Amino acid sequence: MAKNAEISDKLMTLEAAVKKFIKNGSQISLGGFTIVRNPMALTYEIIRQGIKDLHIVCHSHGQALDVLIGAGCVKRLEIAYGGSGRYAPTCIRFKKAIQQGQIEFEDYSNYQMSLRFLAGALNIPFIPTKSGLGSDLLNYEGFSKEVRKERKVASKKFDMIQNPFTEEKDDVVLLPALNPDVTILHVQYVGEDGTIRIKGLTFADIEQAKSADYVIVTCEEIVPRSFIRLDPDQNSLPPFFVDAIVKVPYGAHPTGCYGFYDYDPKHLNMYRVIAEDDEKFKKYLDEWVYDIKTHEDYLNKVGAEMLIKLKANPILGYAVGLDRR
Amino acid sequence: MSLNYSDNEMMAISAGRFIKDGDIVFAGTGVSMLAATAAKRIYAPKAVVFFETGGIDPSLDEIPMAVSDLRVMSGTCLNSGLIEAFSIVGHRKLHTIAFLGAAQIDKYGNLNTTSIGNYFRPKTRFSGSGGACDVASFASGVITFMQHEKRRFVEKLDYLTSVGWYKGGDSRRKLGLVRGGALAVVTNLGVMGFDEKTKEMYLDQYYPGVSIKTIQENTGFDIDVSRAKEAIPPTEEELMILRNEVDPQRLICKA
Repeated sequence: MAKNAEISDKLMTLEAAVKKFIKNGSQISLGGFTIVRNPMALTYEIIRQGIKDLHIVCHSHGQALDVLIGAGCVKRLEIAYGGSGRYAPTCIRFKKAIQQGQIEFEDYSNYQMSLRFLAGALNIPFIPTKSGLGSDLLNYEGFSKEVRKERKVASKKFDMIQNPFTEEKDDVVLLPALNPDVTILHVQYVGEDGTIRIKGLTFADIEQAKSADYVIVTCEEIVPRSFIRLDPDQNSLPPFFVDAIVKVPYGAHPTGCYGFYDYDPKHLNMYRVIAEDDEKFKKYLDEWVYDIKTHEDYLNKVGAEMLIKLKANPILGYAVGLDRR
Repeated sequence: MSLNYSDNEMMAISAGRFIKDGDIVFAGTGVSMLAATAAKRIYAPKAVVFFETGGIDPSLDEIPMAVSDLRVMSGTCLNSGLIEAFSIVGHRKLHTIAFLGAAQIDKYGNLNTTSIGNYFRPKTRFSGSGGACDVASFASGVITFMQHEKRRFVEKLDYLTSVGWYKGGDSRRKLGLVRGGALAVVTNLGVMGFDEKTKEMYLDQYYPGVSIKTIQENTGFDIDVSRAKEAIPPTEEELMILRNEVDPQRLICKA
């Protein structure tokens, strides 16, 4: 049997994957968390293809979200947190876009967003929680009545009910399920059989993948079937949830990927400064996105010296002693 | 001998002193990570530090710069995900203490990490809730780190992201939040507690060299100072552990 025959229909280029599954106005869920395992190579390709009016749904997101907003790809956002840890406690382009009224946004919490993806994965219409009682998350609706009528937007932000299983007063919050058009993930391993293995924390990636109509996965390595099936307890998603697979080593840079490479402090620091200035940010996009022809070009631009510095200790999972100031 | 120490160091140690063996400590970014790590290394070796991203009890040989940092996945007892992490925060069998930060706080310990000004077109937008609203809803207690400024200690929040004692008294319980609430606020000037009955903020400790008057002047509402005492400064041993073991690269200690 030819190598990768089992996934030959799913293996494709970044360009083909974006062309096939992501359209203007698509609802996209972003995998990863703040500065780890952001699907950056896919993000850059979305920007290069000039996709507009995206509706992004995520919990806590940083770099990929911020670049997408800055590049003008995002119309609408449902989010819990826009930040890149200590490198940008609030993401810069996200902050500007909201302050300048450039995007429609709706605030939830991390747990609430995770539950909404879980509900979507379970194919139930809503999910109860006690999180947020008394908070302004339950006082302000971010989306207007007009937006509420649009595709894949819930008719209201949330609802409240009395717990139907007790006579005592017990308020419960109901949250609408999410079923994004596409979830995009960057992971460590895909087996030749299409099985997905995420190392380190999975965040809400698994719920996000299962809730979506389509899933695009970029990965560091494609590994033999025999390897991925030797220790299936380690695996995260079965093959049938995934529609497109692209091998992109360092595909999460400048965010980190456990066991492979750390986040790039130098790049993230540079980005925070540049993102404050519209002209400089435009140049950044030219330099790091539009003028990049291949992923190899991108890696050459990062440079061998930096890639070696970022290389993770395979036992500890991160780059020990990396200068992270 | 008087020791030199930074605001962040004093804050981390003041907060760390609240942690007891057996506590499950939820850490955020920045000083809160310093405090959580210091607590485990200095005061409560049997406390467990965990992160909302799902990393439980990491070895923390280097200080994480984000709650998703690869360092919160290394040397853990278990790596999981967000839903699992929140099942720990609110677990009925566990005593969970959460460290949070905020842009604004009111006298009942309610927090704003969302925006200043009009919500829809804010003057300043911040990151948003993240997991803060969730842990404020579910944890056994919340310790908040703040820069002590009048514009941050306000009569009324611009946006209530995370509920503390809500409107005081038993109003938090009446909302349906069965446990938890604001335990303390640790600032660059001192440590505030909350009155057992009214749930209003009071001055518990002022740092050496800080006057009660300075704290009152930097608080945007009337604060009870009748119970205030001077805080115990960090000991040489506490500072040594903090600098050499918790944050050897001085990523957060320095500020």
